[in-house]
Amino acid sequence: MRIVIIDDSGLRATVLEEGLREAGYDDIHIVPPRGAFVARLERMAPDVVLMDLGSPSRDTLEEMLTVSRALARPIAMFVDRSDEAMIGAAIDAGVSAYVVDGLRKERVRPVLELAVRRFNAFARIQAELEEARTALSDRKIIDRAKSILMNQRGLGEADAYALLRTSAMNQGKKIVDIAQALVTASDLLGGSAG
Amino acid sequence: MTTTLRIAFLPLTDVAVLAVAREKGFAGREGISLDLIRTTSWATLRDRLVFGQAQAAHMLAPLAVAVTLGLSQQGASLAAPYKLNVNGNMLVMARDFAQALDPDIARRLDDPLGTAHDFAAAIGLWRRKPVIGVVHRFSSHAIMLRYWLASAGVDPDRDVILRVLPPSLTTEAMRADEIDGFIAGEPWGSAAIEAGLAETVAVGERIWRRGVEKVLAFRADWLEANPDTVDRLLRALARAAAWCDDAANHEALAHLLSDPRYVDQPAELILRALSGEIVAQAGMAPLSMPDFMLFSREATPFPWRSQALWIYSQLVRWKMAEHTPGNMAKAGGVFRPDIFRRALADSGDVALPGASMKLEGAVSSPLAVGSKRGELTLGPDRFFDGRVFDPERIEDFLAGFDAPQ
Repeated sequence: MRIVIIDDSGLRATVLEEGLREAGYDDIHIVPPRGAFVARLERMAPDVVLMDLGSPSRDTLEEMLTVSRALARPIAMFVDRSDEAMIGAAIDAGVSAYVVDGLRKERVRPVLELAVRRFNAFARIQAELEEARTALSDRKIIDRAKSILMNQRGLGEADAYALLRTSAMNQGKKIVDIAQALVTASDLLGGSAG
Repeated sequence: MTTTLRIAFLPLTDVAVLAVAREKGFAGREGISLDLIRTTSWATLRDRLVFGQAQAAHMLAPLAVAVTLGLSQQGASLAAPYKLNVNGNMLVMARDFAQALDPDIARRLDDPLGTAHDFAAAIGLWRRKPVIGVVHRFSSHAIMLRYWLASAGVDPDRDVILRVLPPSLTTEAMRADEIDGFIAGEPWGSAAIEAGLAETVAVGERIWRRGVEKVLAFRADWLEANPDTVDRLLRALARAAAWCDDAANHEALAHLLSDPRYVDQPAELILRALSGEIVAQAGMAPLSMPDFMLFSREATPFPWRSQALWIYSQLVRWKMAEHTPGNMAKAGGVFRPDIFRRALADSGDVALPGASMKLEGAVSSPLAVGSKRGELTLGPDRFFDGRVFDPERIEDFLAGFDAPQ
């Protein structure tokens, strides 16, 4: 079974491809949805096309599926429309799948399930990366706020942090918000940011 | 009790009525909380609606007809009881290409028939078949473009290449020389003009003075099962639409739509379509087109069945649909004037036409017509070629076009 993954994100496509290879599929191709990708896809004559539901290029792909004479058999999305749970899971995970007519649904279902799991895994990785990035920038802001307090109030580092934390607790805010306010105020007042 | 409704949309200026219904409290006052889902392709918008991830969608009117006829990937019976706007499209072409057209742009846009013939000549002068971007096979834009090209003997399936791409990628595709021009809803034409990549060649409103554009589409079974919610939503939208049409609100509306949650383009570009002040070429003084995009006046939201049938006639003309009594009935049934009347029967400020069908293209100057309530004046709705569409005589109408060579 030839599977083509249309994806812009190198990481997501890799996550999906790895999963498919582990499951024993070996005829897998990744095509980024840019330029003449439709022509490339036509030449490949895939059995299954997997694509991010959020990709703006889906309309371009579907137009190709409508007019292409290169594909011997029509391709339809979701092989079995009665399988609502599967379709719901695919849409939630952001997977769209196009499957050539006549491919038995028992053969396609595991591919779809795997794609859904891998797309979800990718979304989790992204969320974690985002969290890590936020945590890093939060720490930088807090460090700047601490050094402002250390310079201007002559506090030690531990006391500066304690002051930020007490203020945050008293105001029912996050420490990083208090720190950000302090940094902004200091910048506005032209104070050395320390 | 508040009902939450999920409605899918694409980032386009004509999402205005939905955005305003949410942001200005019109939906809230009807007990509806609107969850508007920004979507990047018509395919995904369609899937969300058909598979129940959204209860309604901001949909191209021809796509609603096509999905109902089973012409798109996912078939389902859809129902459109409300039109979100009429007009609002522009055909823009690369400046090199447009050089072969009338250099007086105001005159060029005022005379779509002459420009269509100039365009046909320009195709001959171009170094290859021009590639024109359309947002979807079943878009009002693609259908209007075909209609316009064919009037000058251009076969849109033979003499040009129509390439489907989402509106948000049009400017990038122009810059990469992948397309020579495109027809799309605003603000995407204005964005390409502002970038100096294109200029206006034709305006939707000059091709069909009152061209059907986006509808609010539901799954027909959901619409039938939730009459109270549908009625409340339609009342909220009718009030939001009146707000959107009010010139005093255009700047605020442009600002609202510029938000990343909606169109995510500069307010200044969005304002052009709302106020009908169209900059047709970068740096040029705006041309005034007060009917460039309508939301409310002249009973704009009313879903005339004859308009669904006009769309159907064009799908048949271009061999996208087979002409059968069954298909015709299904297509006409997508537009639901009965639901519109039911929902707005008690709201005194919305005009309710007495009829459900009319001749399309027959009004050349404002015309007072029968209305169940209030005064209703229809604006001019002529096609640029002067044809009139009689929904009772589709075969005659189709026979009037030269068969494609």
